[in-house]
Parts: sequence; C-alpha cells; structure tokens
Amino acid sequence: MSTATKLPTGDAARSATREKVILAVAAPLLAIVAAIVISSLVFLASGENPFRAYGIMADYGHYSDSQVWIINKAVPYYLSALAVAIGFRMNLFNIGVDGQYRLAAFAAAAVGGAVVLPGALQIILLIVIAMLVGAVWSGIAGLLKTTRGVSEVITTIMLNSIAASVIGYFLQDGRLAVKDGNLLHTKFLPEAAHFFSFPTHPKPVYGFVVIAVVAGALYWFLLSRTRFGFDLRAVGASEPAAEASGVSVKRMVVISMLLSGAAAGLVGMPTLLGESFQYGTDFPAGIGFTGIAIALLGRNHPLGMAFGALLWAFLDRTGSRLEFEGYAQEIVGVIQGVIVLCVVIAYEIVRRYGLRLQQRKVGEELAAAARTAGADNNDKPEVSA
Amino acid sequence: MRRGSVHALCGENGAGKSTLMKILYGMQKPDEGTITLDGHEVTLHTPGDAIARGIGMVHQHFMLADNLTVLENTVLGAEKLHGISGGARAKIREISDAYGLNIRPDVLVEDLGVADRQRVEILKVLYRGARTLILDEPTAVLVPQEVDALFDNLRELKSEGLTVIFISHKLGEVLSVADDITVIRRGTTVASVEPAATTPKQLAELMVGSELPSPETRDSTVTDQPMLEVDGLHLTATDSDGVVRTVLDGVGLTIHKGEVLGVAGVEGNGQAELVEAIMGTRAPDHGTVTLDGTDISRTTTRRRREGGIGYIPEDRHRHGLLLEAPLWENRILGHVTERPNSKGKLLDIPGARKDTARIVDAYDVRTPGIEVTAASLSGGNQQKLIVGREMSHHPKLLIAAHPTRGVDVGAQAQIWEQIREARREGLAVLLISADLDELIGLSDTLRVMYRGRLVADADPAVITPEELGSAMTGAASGHLTADGDTGTGRPASGGAAATGGDQE
Repeated sequence: MSTATKLPTGDAARSATREKVILAVAAPLLAIVAAIVISSLVFLASGENPFRAYGIMADYGHYSDSQVWIINKAVPYYLSALAVAIGFRMNLFNIGVDGQYRLAAFAAAAVGGAVVLPGALQIILLIVIAMLVGAVWSGIAGLLKTTRGVSEVITTIMLNSIAASVIGYFLQDGRLAVKDGNLLHTKFLPEAAHFFSFPTHPKPVYGFVVIAVVAGALYWFLLSRTRFGFDLRAVGASEPAAEASGVSVKRMVVISMLLSGAAAGLVGMPTLLGESFQYGTDFPAGIGFTGIAIALLGRNHPLGMAFGALLWAFLDRTGSRLEFEGYAQEIVGVIQGVIVLCVVIAYEIVRRYGLRLQQRKVGEELAAAARTAGADNNDKPEVSA
Repeated sequence: MRRGSVHALCGENGAGKSTLMKILYGMQKPDEGTITLDGHEVTLHTPGDAIARGIGMVHQHFMLADNLTVLENTVLGAEKLHGISGGARAKIREISDAYGLNIRPDVLVEDLGVADRQRVEILKVLYRGARTLILDEPTAVLVPQEVDALFDNLRELKSEGLTVIFISHKLGEVLSVADDITVIRRGTTVASVEPAATTPKQLAELMVGSELPSPETRDSTVTDQPMLEVDGLHLTATDSDGVVRTVLDGVGLTIHKGEVLGVAGVEGNGQAELVEAIMGTRAPDHGTVTLDGTDISRTTTRRRREGGIGYIPEDRHRHGLLLEAPLWENRILGHVTERPNSKGKLLDIPGARKDTARIVDAYDVRTPGIEVTAASLSGGNQQKLIVGREMSHHPKLLIAAHPTRGVDVGAQAQIWEQIREARREGLAVLLISADLDELIGLSDTLRVMYRGRLVADADPAVITPEELGSAMTGAASGHLTADGDTGTGRPASGGAAATGGDQE
C-alpha cells in the first residue's frame, strides 16, 4: 500500500508545480488582455484610434527623461502601496494613507525647517518623525476599532479630512509657513537634510528608491518569514481560526495599523527630502488613494506592487502626452481604472478555478490510489487503526 | 429509488455522498451520467431546477433566519406560491396536519428547539411542492427521543407517497427507518442492501471494507492527580436583542490525568462557551481555571496552548484551519511559537514542512502532498490533520469538541484510538460530543450540561443513551444510575485506575 500511495504523490507534486506556474501566469495574462481589449473599446467609442494612442504612449515612455520621471513617481506610489498592503493582508482597509503621509510629511518639514543637526542625523530624525506621526494617526483608527468597534474604513476617511484641516491651520503665514508668491510653505530644510540622489541624465533619480527597495524586502521578510507575519496572515485568512490559535486579534489590529501608518509616513519623504525640501500647498496629494489601486494591482506582493507602481507612473507620464495629441485627458484615468478592475476580477476567477481544480484533482488522485491499493490487498482492512 | 419509500445512503466521509446529493440538488454538475426522474431524463443546473422538479433538500446546518417567524421563514423566497399571510398560513397548517409535523406558524424560530427547527426545514421543502426529500445527516443534532419523533414524521411522509433520501453515518438509525440502503465507497456504489437482511456490523464493513470500530475504552487509566480544575465559572452574554442571558452558571469540574470527561448536552446549552472559557478566547465573569496546578484564568490563549492545551475545535473550518492555506501552514497554526514551527522569532519553514509530512504519514491523512490547500481535503482527512497537529505537541489536556463529527468510520476509529493512547500516557481529555455512543464509550466520567449548568453526572459503564438523552432535555438531574445505585462504582474504578497510574 505504501508504494501505491507514494507513486502518485511524486506525480502529483510535479503536476501541482506545473499547474501552479500556469495559474500564476494565467491571471496577469488574462488581466492584461482584458484591459487592452476594454481600453481599445473605450478609445473606439470616443471615436479615436486605439493603436495610434498606444504607439504614442510607447514612444513617449522610452525617452530617458520620461524614465527618470516614471521611477521618481513610482517610489512614493510603491511606499503607499506597501502601507495599504500591510492592512490588506489582515483584512484591514486603511483608506487613510493619504492623510497619514501628508500629516507626516508636514510634521517632518516643520521640524526639519527649525532644527539643524549634522549630516545623516538630520535625515534620520526627519524620517523617524514622519513614521511616528503616520503611525500615531493610523493608530487612532486602530484603537477606535478595538475599543469601540468603529470600522477603520470610516475612521481613516474622517482622519484624512482632519489631517487636511490640521495642515491647513498650521500652514499659514505667521504660524508654521512662510509666504512665497502665491504659495505658502514651511521653511526650507537645511542642506544636511537633502537625501542623496543618483546623478542620472537629464534629471537625477531619488536616492529614496533604495529605501523603497529595502522597505519592500522588509515587508516580504516580516510577513512570510516571521512568527509575527504568520499571525498577521492568519488573522487575514480567518479571524476565528487565528483567535483560537492564540493570536490576540485586537492587539494585531492595533499593531498592523501602526505599521501601516509608519509605512505611510515614508510616502512623502522622497519628495520632501529629494525635491521640494519644504511642505507647501502644492505638495503632492492623493498618493494614498493611488496606493490602494496599486496594492490591488500588485496583489499585495512586493514585486507585483513594484511592477504596479511603475505601470501606474508610466500611464501618468505617457497619458499627459496623449493630451497634446488631441486625446481627452480623462482617458488615462479610465485605462487605469479598467486595469485595476480587470486585475481584481481575473485573479479572483483564476483563484476560484484553481481551488476547484485542486479539489477535484485531490479527489481523483486519492480514488486512483485507493483502487490500486484495493487491488493489491483486497482482503486486508484498508484502515489499519 | 422507489416512490413512496425511505432510501438511505451510507458511506464514509469523502465517499461521495455529499457530492451525489449536490448533483441531485443541482448545486454541482456531473462530468457524465444521467439522472432519471419519473421516467424522464433531467438535467439540473441550479437548485431552482431541482425545486421545480419536486426535489427538496434539508441541509445538515439549518438555513433559517432566527428573528423571523416560522411562517416568514417558510414563505421567504417562495412568496409567489401562496402569498405571505393568510393563504400561506392555511397552506402551512394543511401540510403540518397532513404529515403530523405539529408546526405553529407564528412562533419565532429563535424560540424553537433543534428538533422543531428541523421540522420547519422539512416544512419549507414541502411547501415548495417537493415530492422527493433529501435529508443530509438529519439526526446528528438530535437526542434519541427526537430521532424517534423524526422517524415517525418520515414514515408519515412515506405513507403519503413521498420519497425520502436519508443520509446518515449512524447505522442503527439507517436500519430502523430505511426501506432500501445504498452503500457507497470512494465514489462508487458498493452495495444495495435491504435492511431486513443485514446488520449494522455488515453495513459498516461494507462502508469501510473493515471491521466495525467501537469507541469502548478498555481499562481505566484515571489517576488521582487533577490536571484541569474549573471552578465556579460564570458567564453572561448579551444576545442580538440586547437581552442578557446567563450562558454558564457556576460550572465546576475536575479532570484527572488519564481521564476522559465527557460532557453531554443538546447543542447550545453552554458547551461551546465552556470550551471558549477554558481556551481563553472568552473571558468569564468569574471563576477560575487551573491547569496542572497553575492558575491560568488570566493568561492568553497562546500561553494556555503553550502550557499544554490541545484543541480539536467543534467547527474545524472556522476555528481549526486556514482553508485556503497549504497543509504545512495549517500545521503551524496554533503552535507558531513552538518547535518545529519556529526558531526564536522566525518561522522554521523547512522544519514545519518536514513535520507536516510526518503527520500526514503517521496519521494517515490522505492527500497527494503537503502543498495542497486544506479545503481540498475531505472532512475526515482535515480532522486527522488537526488531531495529528495537536497530538504532536504532547498536550497535557486535550479539548475535543465533536472530534468525530462528519468524519468517516475509518477516521473515527483512528481518532478514538489516538485519544485512548494519549490517555494511557496521562492525558486529560475534555470530550464534548453529540454522539452519545461516543460519549459513553470513550468517557471515564460523564456530566450532563443543560442551560449553562452541569445538572447531572453519570457512570458511562451503566448508563444507556436513552437515559442520557432524557437528562439532556432537562428531565433528570443529579447522579444518574440505572436503578438508584448510590454511585459506589465511580470511586472504586477511580481507585483501580490510581494503581494503574502508579505502574506507569
């Protein structure tokens, strides 16, 4: 009997790996094809030639200034997606990344403009402040959820507008801001707070790209290689099962909200420490929401999200070009939306199909194994308990 | 299947009973083969098709809305048939009288007992015009008296010309109610027998191709060293209507090393809450829990698990497994802080995988590998994995809630054997089960739980399932004996066990 059961085991393992690869490729492929088809239909419906548009986008995207722009844009996108994904992995929807990173960047800018520390210390101080502020802001939502049972979706949305008001209050002439033409912004950071950058042509690439890579690696390591990560994923997969296994779900909610907020605190740093050196009324907003789309697009996977962030930045960049070529500006927003929907739907379809397939295969293989075993020793009891 | 008969379908779990029924009810499509109904070949795509053709299904887990009345539950989704008030009420009365279901249409479902709810489920199906009824393990939640009443209902239905398909693990019941029996094993029909010409033993042998297992524990291994002491446990809960109910009321019990303490009771009488209080997932209002001399009343679930509590949860899908995670991740679940699953703060993935393979092998979990998701295993194999996981950490106390529910006879025998073996080595077991044979056969001591209290105790050596059943409905309390025995049997056997314990 043991040989009879072992034989199909080897086969199963091989075919399971093959299937896994096929399914893993099938989902993104399906999503891309569907997204292209639907986007083309949108172009056609608006009376434009889709292929000319794709041609313009591909052409414009391969200039080196476009590429630098895309990478620099993708860095905050990626950090934002990481922040959202930490929540997603345990079924928390942190919509408040937007408020968290803006408040964090504002606080860091305000402190950075007032304090001068030597060299790297200044940068470390500002990053730590940003992460702390982000964590505190999202931690409020975590605490409200665990102590009062308020949905984090509601609280994080509300905290977004509270953050905007707080910034608006302090970003006034005579408070924490200085007036500069039409703009109000915090005092410029000292030279010591400028993050290094890669001297690429025609514009430099943010050195913060290194931090983003490190953050992605940490995210992967924490979730898939540590006890803490296992607990977090267990809560995400099944709260009652995690609770019975000994995870304190409430504690986990607070911790993961804090982590998510800390990651959100990093989102504004590449811009603050690499380009603007102050927080003003023109500081980029809305990256927190983009992060949600990219986390969905990348399936919360560190590499998938990196790809998603680059794709998103590519569409932002090349889409602006379409406007010059006579296309409606909104078309890029439509394409981005279509891509996210296609990815979410395609992955769900493939996931369900994969589960069903596996269930059927397991049944078939066991039945086959049982038949062989039954033929070998018909008169012996099959269960040797 | 003949019209106007009760046809029983038996087989191990994973044998294909549920799949067959899902096909009959249109929930799943067959790869090949045909279904013939009244001489016509039919194809059923959805449960709607099945209902339209007079096939109705009563699921193992009731599908009723607690806060609606029986009438409202019945017309829900079938409003077009007889309206939603007068006409429907008359129709319900008519069906109820015709088949002796004894249903009161205006009672809230939440006020009904399990047996009444089941009758409502049957009524719902009949109301939709079913002529063929599929009952999926209808007796799993009933006490013996209620089972008899259900069988009377089934005979009534049969005499009115309806066909009943009855799925069950309990062979005695099958033999008492069925006119024909089909046994299936691993997806194929292995035999069609007539109840008059067969015995439970033969039937079980057909099902598993092996001897009928029995849950009897041979010799007592009870020692006099207490392992788990629960004292004065009191718990109140607020239900959805804001009414405060007492769920546990002064519950106290002691389980010694090597002892299996069985708790009998109709579900919903506080057993689940008792388990949660001991596991630490629910904080009682007062009372203490002591494990092996250490007060664990205030410690976290994780500490309690690390301290030696093994847990086989009642609902393995909700509390025991991560269904979409591979088997080796499920092996880590609940023991993430222990070897071989982790070293320090980091997971030891190779260690966990290797040990999963060992469990699969040692506990005969039938799977093509440890990479498949837990959801793709059959119920019995999922349970074997859970038992293997919990036993692998050598618990001091095992909480086994319905350990063999929905598990085939083969796996059942194995699980019983593992509990017995661990008990010989000094494991204390808290066994909660609706299967009275299992309780009586496996336990050293029996307690009966009714409305949050331990109302009666009994000696498993002399008690019958019927006596236990009546205590479960609250009809009897105190020390249950066959005929007024003063209960000298327990201390005597306890003493004998103590000597047995010394020898080890």
